[in-house]
Order: sequence, then structure tokens, then C-alpha cells
Amino acid sequence: MVTRDYVLDLIEKAGKGDRRALGRLLTILEDVNSETAWVVEYLASRSRGAHVIGITGMPGAGKSSLISRAISVLRGRGYRVAVITIDPTSPLSSGAILGDRLRMQEHATDPGVFIRSVTTAGLLGGLSLSALSMIEAFDALGYDKVIVETVGVGQSETQVMNVADTIVVVTMPGAGDDVQALKAGVFEIGDIYVVNKSDRPEASKTYEYMLFVAEKGEIGRGGAWRPPVIKTSSTLGMGIREFVEALEKHLEYLKGSGEKELRLSSRRKMLVKLLAEKIVVDSLNTIAEAELSKLQGNVEGFYEKALEIARATGEKLVNLRIQ
Amino acid sequence: MSMELTLSRPTTRRKVKVLVAKIGLDGHDRGAKVIARALRDAGFEVVYTGLRQTVDQVVAAAIQEDVDIIGVNQHEGSHVYIARKLLEKLREYGADDILVVMGGSIPVVDLDVLKNIGVREVFLPGTPINEIVDKLLRIAEERRSRREV
Repeated sequence: MVTRDYVLDLIEKAGKGDRRALGRLLTILEDVNSETAWVVEYLASRSRGAHVIGITGMPGAGKSSLISRAISVLRGRGYRVAVITIDPTSPLSSGAILGDRLRMQEHATDPGVFIRSVTTAGLLGGLSLSALSMIEAFDALGYDKVIVETVGVGQSETQVMNVADTIVVVTMPGAGDDVQALKAGVFEIGDIYVVNKSDRPEASKTYEYMLFVAEKGEIGRGGAWRPPVIKTSSTLGMGIREFVEALEKHLEYLKGSGEKELRLSSRRKMLVKLLAEKIVVDSLNTIAEAELSKLQGNVEGFYEKALEIARATGEKLVNLRIQ
Repeated sequence: MSMELTLSRPTTRRKVKVLVAKIGLDGHDRGAKVIARALRDAGFEVVYTGLRQTVDQVVAAAIQEDVDIIGVNQHEGSHVYIARKLLEKLREYGADDILVVMGGSIPVVDLDVLKNIGVREVFLPGTPINEIVDKLLRIAEERRSRREV
């Protein structure tokens, strides 16, 4: 039973290093509703300033392997690392294979690393709400680096990427139209660009091209930070240190320029918005079930009822305090 | 804000989450991949941890992912040893409420031993996929209702 005491107990245990408790807490955050919204608030108020890193790029670019390599370097520097890896749901069955963790399994038994897989299933920004809530949990529990890995194409994934502190875009050589992919959505606003699989012969061409567009200012979020382009090979373990250096440099820049506060603020705003939407829709759905048969297709009556509920829900929302 | 009103009860219950594991030196993963895909097609969330995992790695993954079931796919002869180690580790980490099932080339004579160790279900070679799916759904459901009490 998910009571307040049960959850507070989980959080306390998780804080002491109980990984089972953290796993169970994350499950609760996978499906936040009006009854568990307070958990997100509670965790958000205990933020410890984690560095949230979004890693995106086309399938096959080697994101998971790159992350796994980076984790080794980050651990060497004493950081505790959490990874949220997002895999697509099958449109046919709504089941999913969560295979990203496969490439990170060497870190499974490291107590300073926690890896959780999530699927894109769910309506109404469900993914974004779970992912953002989980970020709050890892932040509150003292993980220094929270890495979120996604393909970065769906609307929910874009939402999550947009509010990361550092966006890393991973490409690979010879993907043909990868150049075009750079022009679309999340790919345009990277803080760090990585050309993975650089052991391949075509790598130099891709790398040169990306340096060129970065120089011209065609990619990147603007501002004083010019996105670096880094060549890596996760199979050969090449360029990993440079990649981690870039992550550290960007964090320094964010703190120095005050941008980190801004990004935290947009993350919080997004969280409140998604929570509010979820609460409203949950309330409406509960009413819909109960009232629909009574209203017998009376659409006007339904809308009136819906407004009534929305007003009452609005009161609940006023009490949501996430700064 | 744009929302779609779904005029049906949103499911609060998450899907059944299964970890498909290959423990030890066995280098064959075709069977495990077939099972993983079949489970996905049946609506499960499948965490596939790959080849050559140790018991510790599998338990760690199962705990972090908070799975309902660990499905071990074994082709070599150490299934009894692995089952014992696995259940021991799960108990040690307070995670022995996670169900363990086993499939692969398991001799019928070892069924009882495995059940006594705590393996919930053993699927002998040739068990039809839909039978496996049904069984897993059923035991996951039982486990969920037990926990809600």
C-alpha cells in the first residue's frame, strides 16, 4: 500500500544506500498521480544541485556504450552517477525491450552507479513526468551526475532534453543524412557534439563538417558557450576523457554564467505544468467514468461537470509548491 | 495546453516487468532473444541484460529495475548451482519477493530440486511461448495482489 509513511520510509532507506528502496521509489515515480504528487514536491525541495546531462542521437550511434565508458571516468573522479535510459514502446503491443542497460552492465554492481530503464508508453507527457520525477529523486539522493539517454525524437523526449543542464548530441560517421538530422529539433541545440565510432574512415569528414557548422553558429543554444565537437570511439576507449572534460567545462560555464539556475527553473516549471495536467486529467477521467452513463451522451452536461471538477482541482493545484 | 481526454479509466497498474538473464559462460543468446521478443509482443517490459552475466550483476539489475520476475535461460549444466546462488543473493538484498523462473535445457529430474530451492516455475524445452506468457502473467498478477495487502 502506497501510504505516506511507506514512501517516507523508502526515501529514508534509499538515502542510506538501500538500492531496493530506491528501485521501489522510482516505480512509484513511474506513475505519478494526484495521490503521489506530494512525493515529487518533497524530493524537489531537497535538491542537491545535480548536473543533469541529456544524451541524444540516432539509434546505432552508440550512446549507451559511450555512457558506459564515461561512467568509468566519472567514477574515477569520485562522482556518483545515475542513468535513466529511455527505450521506445512497441506501437503494436505496447510492450518494450529495455536493452540499453545491456551495454552498461559492467557498472551494475558499483554502489555509486544506479541505472534505470523507462519506456515511452503513456499518454499526456507521461514519459516526461516520470523522467523528470526520477531526476528529482536522484538529485535529492545525492547523485552528482544524472544522465538521461533518449533517441530524442518524440515530443516527450524532446521535452526532457530541453530541460537538461547539458545536452549532448551523439552522431556517427557515414550515416548519410546525419547532416540533415542536425537541422531538426533537439539536434540543433546541443551543448556538446560527439562523433562516435571515429575509428571508421569516414569519421574525419563528419567531424570537419560539424566543426564547420559549430563555428558558423548554426548549432548550439547560443550565448557565450561554443559547442565543442569531440571524436570518440567507445569500442577503442578513445576520446572519452575529452568528452568528460567537456561535460565538466560546460558545468563550470553554467554555474559561472548563472545559466544553471535558469535551467533548473525551466525544469521545475515543466514539472509543475506536467503534474498539473496529470492531476486535472486524472480527475476528469474519474468523473467521466462515473458520470458518462448518467449523462447519456449529454455533451453539454458533461462539459459543465468537467468545469466543476476543473475548478475544484484548481484548488488542489494552488497548494502545489515547487519553487 | 493540449490534452486528449481519454474517456476510460487510465491504468494505474504498470506492465509486468521481466528481466531475461543468461548467467555464466554460455555464449548462445538466440533463445533468450526469442523469448524477450515474444514477451515484448505480449505487452511485457523486458530488461535484457545480455550474455555472460554473473549472479551479482543480474540481482543488481533486477533490483535497480524493480522487476516482477527474473527469467533465467540456461543451456549448460550448472542450473541448480545458479538457482541456489541467485535465490541466496536475492534474500541477502531483501529482494526475494522477486519471482525467479527458469527455462532452457533443464532435465526433468531436477524439477523438484529447483522448486525446493525457490524457483517458482521451470519451463522445459519445447514449452509453447503462449503457455510461458500466460504463466508469467498469472504469477505476476498473484504477486501484485499479495503485495497490495
